[in-house]
Amino acid sequence: MGRKLLLEHINEPGIQTFDVYRQKGGYRAVEKALKSMSPDDVVEEVKKSGLRGRGGAGFPTGMKWSFLAKPEGVPRYLVCNGDESEPGTFKDRYLMTHIPHALIEGMIVSSYALGANTSYIYVRGEMMPQIRILERAIAETKAAGLLGKNILGTGYDLEIYVQPGGGAYICGEETALLESLEGKRGNPRIKPPFPAVAGLYGCPTVVNNVESIASVVPIINDGGEEYAKIGIERSTGTKLISAGGNVKNPGVYEIELGVPVEEFIYSDEYCGGIANGKRLKALVAGGSSVPILPANLISKTINGDARLMTYESLADGGFQTGTMMGSGGFIVFDEDQCIVRNTWNFTRFYHHESCGQCSPCREGTGWMEKVLYKIEHGQGSIADIDLLWDIQRKIEGNTICPLGDAAAWPVAAAIRHFRDEFEWHVLHPEESQSRNYGLAHYADPIKPVAQ
Amino acid sequence: MAEEVVKFKVTIDGIPVEVEPGTTILNAARQIGGDIVPPAMCYYSKLEGTGGKCRTCLVKVSKGSEKDPRPMPKLVASCRTTVMDGMEVQNITSPDVVEARKGVVEMLLINHPLDCPVCDQAGECKLQDLGYEHGDEGTRYEFERRTFERIDIGDKIQLHMNRCILCYRCVFVANQLTDEREHGVLNRGDHSEISTFIHKALNHDFVGNVIDVCPVGALTDKTFRFKNRVWFTKPVDAHRDCPTCAGKVTLWYKGDEVLRVTGRKDEYGEVEEFICNTCRFETKHTSDWTLEEPTPVDHESVIGANHYLNFNPPSVIHEDKKLQLANEEQLARTERLK
Repeated sequence: MGRKLLLEHINEPGIQTFDVYRQKGGYRAVEKALKSMSPDDVVEEVKKSGLRGRGGAGFPTGMKWSFLAKPEGVPRYLVCNGDESEPGTFKDRYLMTHIPHALIEGMIVSSYALGANTSYIYVRGEMMPQIRILERAIAETKAAGLLGKNILGTGYDLEIYVQPGGGAYICGEETALLESLEGKRGNPRIKPPFPAVAGLYGCPTVVNNVESIASVVPIINDGGEEYAKIGIERSTGTKLISAGGNVKNPGVYEIELGVPVEEFIYSDEYCGGIANGKRLKALVAGGSSVPILPANLISKTINGDARLMTYESLADGGFQTGTMMGSGGFIVFDEDQCIVRNTWNFTRFYHHESCGQCSPCREGTGWMEKVLYKIEHGQGSIADIDLLWDIQRKIEGNTICPLGDAAAWPVAAAIRHFRDEFEWHVLHPEESQSRNYGLAHYADPIKPVAQ
Repeated sequence: MAEEVVKFKVTIDGIPVEVEPGTTILNAARQIGGDIVPPAMCYYSKLEGTGGKCRTCLVKVSKGSEKDPRPMPKLVASCRTTVMDGMEVQNITSPDVVEARKGVVEMLLINHPLDCPVCDQAGECKLQDLGYEHGDEGTRYEFERRTFERIDIGDKIQLHMNRCILCYRCVFVANQLTDEREHGVLNRGDHSEISTFIHKALNHDFVGNVIDVCPVGALTDKTFRFKNRVWFTKPVDAHRDCPTCAGKVTLWYKGDEVLRVTGRKDEYGEVEEFICNTCRFETKHTSDWTLEEPTPVDHESVIGANHYLNFNPPSVIHEDKKLQLANEEQLARTERLK
């Protein structure tokens, strides 16, 4: 049984209320940080913990905080990115629904560390219930004197506001989020300058994911070194994984980083295996933008090592044979799923969500969707597969923000690993409309690469 | 004591240049000039905040700076990346850049109607130039293109959204002229469109400049629409005493008639000074203006070619009887002009 840090008291009745959360030891981190630590100590502690951003990119949170510019007389802001919209990811929503105070507590400690007196939680517009929950939680915290002016008599002031977004995926990109928060159209900004220098209203800003901020609480409570003991190498601590797709028990699981992927899929503690006794065909390990893996690359890396749930192990083999931790949207596909159809579906999403600011993404995502639609519906040709490869290559890396990459990677990986399924669709146009390609050879063991 | 001037040395495609700190790669390249200048569809030096969107000006930074010689991992937008001392940039000497740019041109054209034969911008269209200089021949796109209805923005300007490449230049013009954000972008992705607040007419003394900044034929002058092809008109620089603007313009003549008035554009298609609506739309008589001299026109431009003084049929026609026969009428006209 792995350790639980964020979801320790998840089954406690009434944990979403301030009183129960406080009884269970909540807001200890606020007391500890504000009364006995300096802001720099808090940053140092987070650095020691090795916490990496839980939003997708996995950038070390402590390092991000230390980059924050601190000019005199200019306010600094902490913005919490609750715009979780990646297909397959629903961990932040779970956290905000069931333990909103974990986020509020993390916000207070993090804002204190960064010297922010105003902080924002930007939540996706569709999550109205969660916005209400957070607003209630903030009101409760304020009534208890843990938020507002002169918190716990330490002289530190903090106001937290919840801001609903308009429901655009692109507003999860940090600079688009800031634009949207300022009341403008949610177009990503051109970097540099980075938000750490000129972010919200031109002031130094840190944007962190909901889970990253909530993770600061156990780090302060137990100390960074204690936190770093969990996990393997540079992947420390626990991580929320939202498991979905064809598994027996879909849901949000808190894992210690380092659990083998195989165990996570098949153990009864987590997903409980593939639903309906089917066989595993493919896995998207970290939300729709990360490369998809065929069955034979899931439990073992190309070198034959066991694949673990860590940032490094999932990325082992680069984009050739690896994938990414991403935001923890764990989507499992069984043998009845069609990879072409799934890729089309993902691309449809990116086409719909592209902001339309820079040309390769604006035009390319729509083009890829149309080509994929054609192939999926039995109208494609072999040249279309090569065309698709070429389009994704021309989008990747040439755009302002990572949405272009996120749209290109799933297509690239699907063609790289499942090219014969695409070809089967082209060569058997009628058959492909009535049945699926099935598992085929995707679970066959891979011959080790001779060095 | 003379103030010490710090200058950064940058090498673009092997050509060194010294520029002020804070200059962008694109502007450093423009100081060198010639073929190594990256094309720019959305950057407009006179408008603050433009650039970075069209991705045609992507270049490769093969050496970051003297202090940190690591190359940049991705291609960068040269219009928004400032130079560092000792930076080495590859533009046309990098196959990656040429390839990426070809991709961008193709992407820009997949939803473009390619209606140049009926477009007023044809002949001075930046997208035509871009496609000709950097694009591939032919397209691999075989689907329906997005379409929009035409919109009248005020009584003098027409918006033809089908042709728009969403460079946002006009949005910046409108934003920087007025306090209200009434001209902007609606929707998202490839169905986003330039529009005004519920089709509200833009009403500002300088709003006609959105026509000048538009690199394609999306925003056109209704007083000039379908009057003539630009390559049949002759541009002449002129000025007048204007109470609202500097009054320095280019008049486009056909015979004795002034067909349209635009700002004076430099070699990158950027106006020197924005002109007011009165100069642009309402003073179209030679008597309103003091003429200066014919506007210098690039020899390679179709506007320059309009005079046919140096027109030579390609040599392949001279060598092939069949082609000569097919071009009989045109060759006769050429003879007449000699």
